[in-house]
Amino acid sequence: MKNYIQLFLIICFTALLLFASMALPYRGDVDNQMNQETSITGTEVPGNYYVQEAYHDAHTNNMVTVVLGDYRSIDTLGEQIVIFTAGMICFLLLRKHREDE
Amino acid sequence: MKKRVASPIVLLGSRLLSPYIMVFGLYVIFHGHYSPGGGFQGGTLLAASLLLIRISSGRRISRIQFSDYLTTPLAVVGVLIYFGTGLVALFAGGYFLDYGQLPIPGLDGAELRYWGILIIELGIGLTVMAVLVSIFDDMVRGEDE
Repeated sequence: MKNYIQLFLIICFTALLLFASMALPYRGDVDNQMNQETSITGTEVPGNYYVQEAYHDAHTNNMVTVVLGDYRSIDTLGEQIVIFTAGMICFLLLRKHREDE
Repeated sequence: MKKRVASPIVLLGSRLLSPYIMVFGLYVIFHGHYSPGGGFQGGTLLAASLLLIRISSGRRISRIQFSDYLTTPLAVVGVLIYFGTGLVALFAGGYFLDYGQLPIPGLDGAELRYWGILIIELGIGLTVMAVLVSIFDDMVRGEDE
């Protein structure tokens, strides 16, 4: 009985996701809002600045590197600290546990 | 636990493969300005080259290549490279992590940003490599003495 409920829920959720994905825009559609240079309210989107000024600001061909390393460098610093914290947690949990045995 | 049988073919194959993976990891870090890549990906490749020797040869040989006491200090050094770059730019008169203010003579703002990105990518790569090797060492500790 429990399996049938799970199967029913999975089918319902799959149908819901398929129904929701019908309205997604096509990839690379230039008329879509997320590919426009100005937002709905008329202001310029920040991604437009990144695309146009990345090479001029940092002389780096790879725009993604400029965004990750320069414009959003505090975000990348946070990601590095997440990895460092994961390493420290493994250090504290596993290493102490092994020595106690 | 099953008795470990050392296979010279596996050891030789991984010894042949490991330096090339390491060179490719360094390439991914240093070429991140021009092609897809960067600190996280390159650090993972560097860790893969170290872990290949660790898996194939056991702890006694791999300790000669890269000691397990080095991993945590190197992770700290990687974080400090990133923080230090930001703090040097802060004390030199800019904002935190504003590479345009780094006190390196002979370079203008855009060139300074170029080198600042490379410095922090090196810090990220060092931390990712050290943390991945450290997690592996912690998990196998006491099982292959």
